[in-house]
Amino acid sequence: MGKEFEIVIGLEVHAELKTATKAFCSCSTAFGAEPNTQVCPVCSGFPGMLPVLNKKMVELAIRTGIALNSEIPEICKFDRKNYFYPDLPKAYQISQFDLPVCKGGYLDIEVDGQTKRIGITRAHMEEDAGKLVHQGDITTTPFSLVDLNRSGVPLLEIVSEPDMRSAQEARAYMEKLRSILLFAGVSDCKMQEGSLRCDANVSVRPVGQMEFGTRTETKNLNSFRSLEKSIEYEARRQMEAIEDGEEIVQETRTWDEEKQVTRSMRSKEEAHDYRYFPEPDLPPLKISREWVNTIAAQMPELPEQARRRLVEEYGLPEYDAAIITLNPDYLNFFDQCISSYKDAKLVSNWMMSELNRLLNQNNMEIGECRFKPADLVKILQLIDDGSISGKMAKTVFEEMFNSGQAPELIIKEKGMAQISDESTLINLIDGIIQDNPKVLEDYKNGKEKAFGFFVGQIMKASKGQANPGVVNKLLKERLSSSEM
Amino acid sequence: MALTIGEVEHVALLARLALSAEEKHTFAEQLGSILEYADKLTGLDTEGIEPLVNILPVFNVLRDDEVKPGSLREEILSNAPLLEEEQYKVPKII
Repeated sequence: MGKEFEIVIGLEVHAELKTATKAFCSCSTAFGAEPNTQVCPVCSGFPGMLPVLNKKMVELAIRTGIALNSEIPEICKFDRKNYFYPDLPKAYQISQFDLPVCKGGYLDIEVDGQTKRIGITRAHMEEDAGKLVHQGDITTTPFSLVDLNRSGVPLLEIVSEPDMRSAQEARAYMEKLRSILLFAGVSDCKMQEGSLRCDANVSVRPVGQMEFGTRTETKNLNSFRSLEKSIEYEARRQMEAIEDGEEIVQETRTWDEEKQVTRSMRSKEEAHDYRYFPEPDLPPLKISREWVNTIAAQMPELPEQARRRLVEEYGLPEYDAAIITLNPDYLNFFDQCISSYKDAKLVSNWMMSELNRLLNQNNMEIGECRFKPADLVKILQLIDDGSISGKMAKTVFEEMFNSGQAPELIIKEKGMAQISDESTLINLIDGIIQDNPKVLEDYKNGKEKAFGFFVGQIMKASKGQANPGVVNKLLKERLSSSEM
Repeated sequence: MALTIGEVEHVALLARLALSAEEKHTFAEQLGSILEYADKLTGLDTEGIEPLVNILPVFNVLRDDEVKPGSLREEILSNAPLLEEEQYKVPKII
């Protein structure tokens, strides 16, 4: 390996817009319905049917554009993108070609403590295709099944500039974009359900070279992890090919999750010619400045604003604020906690350590939690007033996470209450000291270890319920008192 | 200004049409003369004229985002040449 390479990445992200109905007909967009139950002659591609544009789709697209610092042109229009595929009943997709709803824009990402601005080329509205389900074993079956429930569901395709230089930056961009879309309330962004999908354009070039190398496009990456892994693989593959004197072919590739490799998807001969032309059935849109201003005025708090608020109002470190503002549900949980508990950093610590750990372990979203923010606050208050130790609190929290039971109930049922009462503890301590005269002798002769032994015995005798702080204080007093 | 046979083959492939050698020649001629006719437009002086995005003076035809019930599932699926599990059955394409 002689040469040093630079990776160049641009992403195309498809976000399903959060509407009740499809882009061009009044069929429901609800996920998970029985096959072909949310279909009509328009989204099934029957001849002579006319599309009518969903106003909410346009408003959500404009809202996204404002959140991404894009220009919203006064005129935009729809075009037909022509290709044959069984999941596309009209044999064309209604999309936008030369006059998209959003032009330009940017978002800022942070990698290794450095802020980097990633340009956005454009965002355009289009309709989704149906779903192709392969029947039985994919290698042997001669048939596929088509479900058109998804056909015509509104999408916004957001195209970035080729501004990213590592898989890590691409992931950070995707995470940031997702959080903006979630905060703006324009998409559910459920990657597993396909409401947020990503294609990665990747090329490599020797460091110092100005022009880009030949790029490949890897399709349908449906998790942050597969995005990152596929880029790493694809960049390495291209570098090795160039080192071996091979030419990179511009092509579409697919990510094989099982084997962790990208694979060529289409034959080279197949023409990539969509013959776009203006959609004659949809009149163009005039987007008045009043309309844009109204939408801008209704914009919810965006991640950047929320982050500044957490740092300035609650004194959270930048790192904590960035994590909490990745997801509006997460921020909402935090906000609810600190409405009745003042130590914001402590709340943040619990969310980022215990809560996150359990969410990840159980593969859950915060919205699926069975307890309320007030329950976490209750646990923190019980630590503060000495009712439970920090260690017990973690056990109570985990139990609460699993069962959804109130913290006080868990503490009562498990007999976990902490003993802080001094007279009870003095009795216990005196008993332990009297039972171990030899250790007491050692202690008096200056053996430091003896103190630790007593603490251990006291904790054991109290089944871990003795308040360690109070035990330490009282034990010192008792050992130095003349009675012993 | 006939099209080349290569151009006809390309367009035929995109349209999924199988053409005989004779048809390719015929269409090369016919498509060529259509394009030649349309090409007259390039002779016009369009200096200072805004491109037209739609021939009708109509803008912003929009509908509210409200689900209209009443699925036509049976009627729609009854047109499918092949059905299985209430889905269109098509040859596998990879």
